Amino acid sequence: MSRKKVESSIEGIIPYSGEGSTITIEGGAVCTQLGCAYTGDEAVAYAAKQSNVDVVAAYPITPQTIIVERFSEYVADGEVSTKYLPVESEHSAMSACVGASIGGARVFTSTASQGLALMHEVLYLASGLRCPIVMAVVNRALSAPINIHGDHSDMMGSRDCGWIQLYAENAQEAYDLTIQSFKIAEDKNVQLPITVNLDGFFISHSTESMKSLADEDINKFLPSRTPIYKLDHDSPISIGGMALPEYYYEFKRQQEEAINSAKPVVKNVGNEFGEMTGRKYGFFEAYEMNDADVAIISLGSTSGTVRSVAKKLRANGEKVGAIKLWMYRPFPTEELFSIIKDLKVLAVMDRAISFGAPYGALCSDISSILQNRDSEVKVLNMIYGLGGRDIPTTTIQQVFEESLHTAKTGEVKQRIKFLDVRE
Amino acid sequence: MFEVRWHGRAGQGVITVSRLLGLAAMIEGKHIQAFPEFGPERLGAPMGGFTRISEKPIEVHSKIYQPDLVVVLDETLLPIINVSEGLKSDGSLIVNSIKSPKEITNRLGLKGPSSYCVDATGISLKILESSRGFNTVMLGALTESTKIISMKSAQEAVRSRFSGQLLEKNLKLLETGSKEVIAE
Repeated sequence: MSRKKVESSIEGIIPYSGEGSTITIEGGAVCTQLGCAYTGDEAVAYAAKQSNVDVVAAYPITPQTIIVERFSEYVADGEVSTKYLPVESEHSAMSACVGASIGGARVFTSTASQGLALMHEVLYLASGLRCPIVMAVVNRALSAPINIHGDHSDMMGSRDCGWIQLYAENAQEAYDLTIQSFKIAEDKNVQLPITVNLDGFFISHSTESMKSLADEDINKFLPSRTPIYKLDHDSPISIGGMALPEYYYEFKRQQEEAINSAKPVVKNVGNEFGEMTGRKYGFFEAYEMNDADVAIISLGSTSGTVRSVAKKLRANGEKVGAIKLWMYRPFPTEELFSIIKDLKVLAVMDRAISFGAPYGALCSDISSILQNRDSEVKVLNMIYGLGGRDIPTTTIQQVFEESLHTAKTGEVKQRIKFLDVRE
Repeated sequence: MFEVRWHGRAGQGVITVSRLLGLAAMIEGKHIQAFPEFGPERLGAPMGGFTRISEKPIEVHSKIYQPDLVVVLDETLLPIINVSEGLKSDGSLIVNSIKSPKEITNRLGLKGPSSYCVDATGISLKILESSRGFNTVMLGALTESTKIISMKSAQEAVRSRFSGQLLEKNLKLLETGSKEVIAE
């Protein structure tokens, strides 16, 4: 494809005079030589397909996502050999996932909002029974009032379920993290379920240009699952026994050990993925944090908006930085502390309310890692974007300005602020 | 970055055309975002859509508040929605209407942005014997009036979406839209 640079009539856009690239269809998406057009949902479905999943169990109706809808098309068209179980509720979906996972299968599912809430009870079985299930959670608000749009209330409501929790900024990351998740979850030192979170509508229904991988590259990166223990007719074992006060606590202590030992695995898998694709992953992405005075930390799609504003402020000489947290559980305590400790101000973006708590969930974590440590960083909590309320660049700009003001004067106007809300 | 805001009603193909524009730009090596603004999901309810086109990867994930281009698929939205809100002073507005661009400009009190009109519904009724193709007509009008994508890329994008007789008709809708769009 040839491209000639010509004088443009539209600012920042180079007029095109090439022949155009060839269009191909891949996983149901239109692709050019430069990438494919996927919604976040379609990207995750394609990643699950390429990850050679054995079983998908899901509730197929609202609040289900297009992820499972697209996956069921792969099944109907005979493009995958996956056993697809459309069940009668999310509670049943997660129960079936647990059963299949215990049977040794590679298992995938997805849900959103009320669906995740209905699964809540079984989420703890999945982690307690050490089932390496991968679930995409399209983050959406919880009722009431009824709302279908994006925020983090659903996942934050199930925050302590013992699952590894990753957050994607865009369709590309949702795709990349889904593939990595199987490798992380199934690692012999981890054996835990994992959620890949993507923002409802902002990512799930947004078409973006991104790059997918060839099947053979994924096959090399992700060998089939080798379960340590599984239910097997020929060598029967018992899974899911009762543990009363004499032993329950020890199980839970081991589970805590297991989720923390996922950290080096997440790091190694992120590095290996980076070597293969040029897109390196880890616990978080730090933008211009080396000499930053103030920074914003966020989860999901907002991170891109934050970075775009940070870039503009940097160009004006402001010492600002941005942190995008890919891994929320396990929390990267030490690593995060080391990059925030010398800041003057850190603004923490929470897209969910922890009702009656001193801060939103992410800010509570950040505040607690600073406790009893040698750091003067002032923390500002910004609650935002509930029920799909948009978070424009102008609001992010205000957050940076307020943080810079606090850095300059030492004055904290409000420790917790509700952005863009009528009150 | 070139940012487009679409106004239409649910069922009029806002999502499809916002994606087709994105695809055409992707064919030209651009990074794109195309996304709808969902309201209550019922046919005929006003809804919006957005397309971003950029030489660099797109980081922003929010609605578009200062569009370079606004496309109105349904003229009956003009009294209900402030379609030109935030439109850049050197931007453009394209309306599916039999009125003249001057009339639209006066009605909206536009001072800076250029207006264009095309009778997309009429063209669609003629070619498709249904109004359902007016979104493709608008894509043709947009291609001609903004030059943000080439006609060839727009055709390629349409080819990726339709086949058979419907493809031939959509290519005709696209071409007619580009020929019949009227500038102020």
